[in-house]
Amino acid sequence: MTDASIPKASTLLRPDARTKKRNASEARFRFYGMVAIGIGLTMLLVLMFTILTKGVGAFQQTFITLQVELLENKLDKTGARDLELIKKVSTFGYAPLIAGGFNKVVADTGIQTTLKPKDQSGILSKSAPAQLRDYVLNDPDQIGKTIEFEFLANSRVDGYLKGRVTRESIANDKNISVEQLDFVDQLKQAGVLKKRFNMDFILGADASDQRPEAAGMGVAMAGSFFMMLVVLALALPIGVAASIYLEEFAAKNWITDIIEVNISNLAAVPSIVFGILGLAVFINYMHLPQSAPLVGGLVLTLMTLPTIIISTRASLKAVPPSIRDAALGLGASKMQSVFHHVLPLAAPGILTGTIIGLAQALGETAPLLLIGMIGFIASNAPGGISEGLLSPNSAMPAQIYEWAKRADPAFYERAWGGIIILLVFLVTMNTIAVILRRRFERRW
Amino acid sequence: MSFVKLTASTLAIAAVSATAAIARDQVQVAGSSTVLPYASIVAEAFGENFDFPTPVVESGGSSAGLKRFCEGVGETTIDIANASRKIKDKEIKACAEAGVTDIIEVKIGYDGIVFASDINGNSFAFTPNDWFLALSDQILVDGKLVANPNKTWADVNPSFPAQPIQAFIPGTKHGTREVFEDKVILAGCEETGAFDVIKASNGDDKKAAEKACISLRTDGVSVDIDGDYTETLARIESNKDGIGVFGLAFYENNTDKLQVATMSGILPSTESIATGEYPVSRPLYFYIKKAHIGVIPGLKEYAEFFVSDEIAGPDGPLAQYGLVSDPELAKTQTLVADEAVLGSNM
Repeated sequence: MTDASIPKASTLLRPDARTKKRNASEARFRFYGMVAIGIGLTMLLVLMFTILTKGVGAFQQTFITLQVELLENKLDKTGARDLELIKKVSTFGYAPLIAGGFNKVVADTGIQTTLKPKDQSGILSKSAPAQLRDYVLNDPDQIGKTIEFEFLANSRVDGYLKGRVTRESIANDKNISVEQLDFVDQLKQAGVLKKRFNMDFILGADASDQRPEAAGMGVAMAGSFFMMLVVLALALPIGVAASIYLEEFAAKNWITDIIEVNISNLAAVPSIVFGILGLAVFINYMHLPQSAPLVGGLVLTLMTLPTIIISTRASLKAVPPSIRDAALGLGASKMQSVFHHVLPLAAPGILTGTIIGLAQALGETAPLLLIGMIGFIASNAPGGISEGLLSPNSAMPAQIYEWAKRADPAFYERAWGGIIILLVFLVTMNTIAVILRRRFERRW
Repeated sequence: MSFVKLTASTLAIAAVSATAAIARDQVQVAGSSTVLPYASIVAEAFGENFDFPTPVVESGGSSAGLKRFCEGVGETTIDIANASRKIKDKEIKACAEAGVTDIIEVKIGYDGIVFASDINGNSFAFTPNDWFLALSDQILVDGKLVANPNKTWADVNPSFPAQPIQAFIPGTKHGTREVFEDKVILAGCEETGAFDVIKASNGDDKKAAEKACISLRTDGVSVDIDGDYTETLARIESNKDGIGVFGLAFYENNTDKLQVATMSGILPSTESIATGEYPVSRPLYFYIKKAHIGVIPGLKEYAEFFVSDEIAGPDGPLAQYGLVSDPELAKTQTLVADEAVLGSNM
C-alpha cells in the first residue's frame, strides 16, 4: 500500500513491465528456436531410422551349402578336359548337378519331404548354375569330384527368413509354395541353410530382374569412382586456375563482374540441364560413347565447377592482403607471391570446397538419366582405367533409382541398402572436409 | 602438382583413345521399360554362357529407344531397340533417312495386362463394358450420349460393390496405354453401342468415333500414371479403393499386396494369355540393325540366344518371369537365323 502511488522504479532485482515484455519475447524466441531444431532433429532421426530398418536387411543374405558332385558324364562326355568342349555345356546343363546336391542333403540329413527335385532346386537363386559353371571353367580338373558350394537362396526364401515373406502372403505366388517353405524350415534346422553377411552386395555386379538376391553395388561403385576421378582431374585444376586469375590477376571491370554473376548463376542451374547439355554436346556432337563414366564425369564437372570456383575465391579472399604485400615488398613477382604464399594458405579452404563439390556430384542422379546410365548396365566389372572410363557403367545413385523401379520387392530392400552405402560415402567425404578445415585453416 | 599433371595427362590420353579405341565389344540395347526385365534376364544369361561380355540394356521407353535406333549406323549408335509395340512407318522412314535401312524385326512373345486392386479389398470380375462405362467421357444412357454420371462401381454394374471408382492407368507415353484403349475401352465402346451412336452422329467417320470412344473422363476418377508400375502400386497402397493397370510379371511378383481381377471371366495367366482366352495382351518386339551384325561381336548370337527355346520357350526363364511365350517361336528363330529384314517378305 505504501508505494502504490510511486511508479515502480526499474531495478535489476525488480524488472518493470517493458523489461518483462522484452524478456518474455526473448524467451519465446529461444523456445521457437528449440522447437525448430527439435523438428529438424526428429526428421533426421526418422529418416535415419527408416533407412536403417529398411536397408540393413540387404547386407545379409541367405545361403545354402550343398555338396555337388561335378558329374563327368554331364560336363565332359569325352573326358578330354577340353575347355572348348566344356564351355559348350550351358548353365542349363548344370541344373541336374544341383538337383543331385539336394538329393544328397535330403539323404544325409534324413529330411522327409514330398517335394519334387525340381521344386527343391527352386529355392535356390537362378545364379547357382552360373556359379557352378564358372567354377568348372576356372578349374576343369575338378570335374568328377564332389565339392562343397555355398549357393544363394532365392529372394522369396531370403524374404521368408527376413520376415518379409510369410506363408499367408505367398498364397497366390506361383514362384514359391508352402511346401517349399516347409523344406526351407527343415534345411534351416539341419544347419544347411544360413543367413549371413553378404559381401557381394557391396562388391558385386547388378543382376537381372529374376535374381535380386545376386545384385550388388560394386560395379556401380566403380562407375561412381571413375566419374569422380574425371571430376577431380578436370574441375580442380580448371576451377582453381579460373579463380586465381579472377581473384588475383584480372582487372576489376564490368567484364569480370558479368563473369562473376554468371558463375554464381551457374551454381544454381538445375542438374538436369547439365544432363541435356551433356547428351547434346558430348554424345550427339562429339560422339563419345553412351553410358560411359567419362561422359558422366564431364557432365558432373560442369556441375561442380561453379561450386569449386566460388569456394576457392572465398578462401583466396580470406588470405589477408598483408601477406601479398610482404611478399611483393621482398621482391617476389606477382606469380611468386600467389603460388608461394597465397595459394598454400588458401589450400585447406579450396580442398574443403572441392570435397563438398565432389560429394554433391556423387549423389547426383538427374543428369545421368539422360546420358544412358539407367537400366541393366552395371554388369561387367571394369578391367582397367581406360575400360573404366569408356565402357558402359552405372553410378551409385542411378543404381538405387533403377532398383527402386523393379518389380520384385527384394530389389526395394536393396535400394535402401544402396542408400546406406551411398550415405556412408557422403558422410565420410564431408567428415574429411570438416577435419581438413579444422586442422589446417588459419585465421588472421 | 605432379599428381594433377599425371591425372591430367592420363585423362588426355584416355580422351584421345576414346575416339580411336572405341571399338565396342559389347552389344548395346535400349528401349521399352516393359521389355527391360526380359532383356536383362537374357543379357545376364548370355554373358554367363558365351565368351562375349554381358550386353548393356538401357531403359527409357519404346519411342525413345527407336529414336536412338534410327540415329544412324556405327559403333556409337545402339544395335538393338526394344519395343512394346510394332515400329511405326514414320519411324521406318526416319531410320531410312539416317541410313538405317535393313531392320530385323523379332517378336519375343506376349505381355499380359492385368487389372489389380488391394489384396484386402473387394474382388472384381470385369468386362470391357464395365471399364468403358466407368472411365469414358461420354456413355450411352437410354440411347442418348451423356457425360459419364457413374460414381461407384455399383453404378456401372449392379453386381459390383458400391466402391468409388478410382482407376490408375498408364500415362499416354506408355505403350501399355494404347493396348488398354484398344482392347478394353474401345471394345467396351463398341459393345455398349456407344460406338455406333457416335459414328452415326459424326456422319460415319470411323476414325473420329474411335477417338471419341477412347477419350477418358477428366474429373479425377481416372489418374494417369507416367511413372512405373511401382508408382501405381504405391498409389493403390495409399488409396485402397484404387484399381490399377499392371503388367502380368509385375503382378506375379507382388501377389502379397495385389489381387487380380478377371476379364470377361478369364483369370490372367501365362497360359490363358497364350491361348488367347484372356483378351488384354500385346506382342513385344526388338529390332536389330542388320548392318551391325558381324561388326559388333556377339550381336547375332545374342538375338539367336534370345529367341532360342531354352530362353523364350514355354519352360524358359522368360516365361517363368511372366512373358507369354509365342506359339510361333520357331518361325521367329528361322527369321533371325536368315537375318530376314523388314519388308523383304511381308
